[in-house]
Amino acid sequence: MTKKKHDTPLLDELESGPWPSFVSGLKRLADDDGKPYADMMKDLLGQLEHSYETRLGYWKGGTVSVFGYGGGVIPRFSEVAKDYPASKEFHTLRVMPPAGMHYSTDLLRKMCDIWEEHGSGLIALHGQSGDIMFQGATTENVQKAFDALNAPEIGLDMGGAGPALRTSISCVGHARCEHSCFDEVRAHRSILNEFLGEMHRPALPYKFKFKFSGCANDCSNAIHRSDFAVIGTWRDDMNVDQEEVKAYVGRNGRKQVIDEIIAMCPTRALSLNDDDTLDVDNKSCVRCMHCINAMTKALSPGEDRGITILMGGKRSLKIGDQMGTVIVPFMKLDTDEDWEKLTELAETVIDFFAENALEHERVGETIDRIGLANFLDAVGVEVDPNMINHPRTSSYVRTDDWDDQARKWFDRKAAKEAAEAAE
Amino acid sequence: MSEATQPRRAIESGVPDPFPQMHPVMKENYGKWKWHERPRPGVLHHVAHTGAEIWTVRAGTQRQMDIHTIRKLCDIADNLADGHVRFTVRSNCEFMVDDESKVAPLIEKLESEGFPVGGTGNSVKMISHTQGWLHCDIPGTDASGVVKSLMDEIYEDFKKEEMPNRVQITTSCCQINCGGQGDIAINVQYTKPPKINHDLVANVCERPAVVARCPVAAIRPALVDGKPSLEVDEKKCICCGACYPPCPPMQINSDESTKLAIWVGGKHSNARSKPTFHKLVAAGIPNNPPRWPEAAAIVKKILYAYKEDGRPWERMNEWIERIGWPRFFELTDLAFTRHHIDDWRGARRSLNASAQLHF
Repeated sequence: MTKKKHDTPLLDELESGPWPSFVSGLKRLADDDGKPYADMMKDLLGQLEHSYETRLGYWKGGTVSVFGYGGGVIPRFSEVAKDYPASKEFHTLRVMPPAGMHYSTDLLRKMCDIWEEHGSGLIALHGQSGDIMFQGATTENVQKAFDALNAPEIGLDMGGAGPALRTSISCVGHARCEHSCFDEVRAHRSILNEFLGEMHRPALPYKFKFKFSGCANDCSNAIHRSDFAVIGTWRDDMNVDQEEVKAYVGRNGRKQVIDEIIAMCPTRALSLNDDDTLDVDNKSCVRCMHCINAMTKALSPGEDRGITILMGGKRSLKIGDQMGTVIVPFMKLDTDEDWEKLTELAETVIDFFAENALEHERVGETIDRIGLANFLDAVGVEVDPNMINHPRTSSYVRTDDWDDQARKWFDRKAAKEAAEAAE
Repeated sequence: MSEATQPRRAIESGVPDPFPQMHPVMKENYGKWKWHERPRPGVLHHVAHTGAEIWTVRAGTQRQMDIHTIRKLCDIADNLADGHVRFTVRSNCEFMVDDESKVAPLIEKLESEGFPVGGTGNSVKMISHTQGWLHCDIPGTDASGVVKSLMDEIYEDFKKEEMPNRVQITTSCCQINCGGQGDIAINVQYTKPPKINHDLVANVCERPAVVARCPVAAIRPALVDGKPSLEVDEKKCICCGACYPPCPPMQINSDESTKLAIWVGGKHSNARSKPTFHKLVAAGIPNNPPRWPEAAAIVKKILYAYKEDGRPWERMNEWIERIGWPRFFELTDLAFTRHHIDDWRGARRSLNASAQLHF
């Protein structure tokens, strides 16, 4: 006998209006009589309506995983299963998408087929941490769904959850963006795939996230939303096509160019010449991307490209919001050796975090607790004025080894100059 | 169906290689792009150093998608695009085509199937959201429903590029704020200390871990009716809900005391100004499903004040920095209260220590 649908007058109101309706989608699944998920989705809609009526949530966590992995499944058991028995288990599988979230329709269709057979038919593209969220499997079907998704012909693997390395996000980058200053796919895959053990067998003090953005526009929200943010940048002069600058000024007028580009440069590094060409003070430029965003045809990043690494971004719990802090002002990513250095730094930081962070402490909080200078010592990075907004304003510091510290600075400077002279 | 006696061992394959999934023009021109333009809202046109060109049509989705919707997107991609899509971090589906003539029929089909084309440049982007009542274990409100109801109201602003700069709106269904920073953020704000079920604490909660979780050290172990439990110093409690996830018997939510708050001026990009956190501007807003009209009214008030008064390229935070907070509260008709003044650590840095004032 076909199971009856619950009345959902509140949710029904979310079927009107022009934006695509998730409620209509849930109902399509509930109406798929004969499919293994139809009854589950009928009760899911019932429970959701109950939440809308009472303004409370009714899911609790638990422990569900797949063989060999300790994380990646978000278990959900209903607290109101008595009234909505078919959706009493409604677990999510967090699965890592291809880097950059590219899909052939073939892969998407196969994902749908698997979730039609083993899950609820409901897939979120994507969750805040960058996972494909296959939402709604019974405890029994979690392993079956994973086995199908993880089969070599599909090639998907579980993402992160709990105190572990988490699924990462990289921007579209090299694949379709002229601002991109490094190979995001290589960075994303080489780092994440190096540390899969930390993802699939959670044993860190708390979560650890990498994110990758090809330029300072930071489309993957890395600086705030990751523990280890990799941002593309360049060291030399930006590229200026003066003929295109003139054409832009001709199209838009001097006032618009001065008001919206020249005057909005945060370090006053731009000036419009009398002949409508652009004067750039590259030593003052901070690579913020504003003028390049505005004049996409005339301006572009320079040729000596690489990355800036910031660490410690996170949301409020429990010391308040933190943006990441610059740890590596610039690093090249040209040779295989450069790439190895990046992975080695990631490993050093993860190891330090694993051994020294308190339980439930993000690395940003560790840095806050021990001070940036001590953190730098621990991960083997030298101090650099690009790491700060300004030097300390408090005199409460002991400086009796000042000369030794200053000598380190001058020695590094001499070594750098010698290396540059040798090139 | 064959039943294996031993579970299958996972293939630890990691992040999948995107190149087999990528549109061929993107794959062939990987790292070789030269410039781009936006011929109309919702469409990007990229040109490579090789001379190759690609057009992208961006369409909004509901994020939580049934397989029928995903298959419909696939049909559109197979019939009218080139069989490849990508998703943005804000859940838009992007269709790439190698010929400009394919753009118009693609837009027509997407819109006729109910997928709005937009979300590029200085538009209001798809609202980024969390799980809410649909799937979270600690939600104060729903997520998909808040987004659906608000996107219905600002639908035209997604489809047009008429804002001073991009507007990224986020929602979060508890104070952990998984939705992240936004030009406008709509987040749950609890208003009462947790209600403790002392019968369950000892069995469900790891008490020292819960004590350690509290940002203001307001939780201490206690014997209640002879049972080991926890108690909260309600004078110290800031009602943040941090104790609830590790200890569900410390219920932070209720149908009345769980409210919404609205924050403005969060920004991830480094363009012009450095990245900034969003700031509280309104709280005490009722959590009112299914369409949250009170929250939507405040969001629209802020959005249209910014649209009216912001200068080209100014993000929300940059607009407010120019006009000043007194004018912001005036233009948005919001109350300025003692709760806007920060008292968390580092708070003095948020106070005006100058004679620079706005009148």
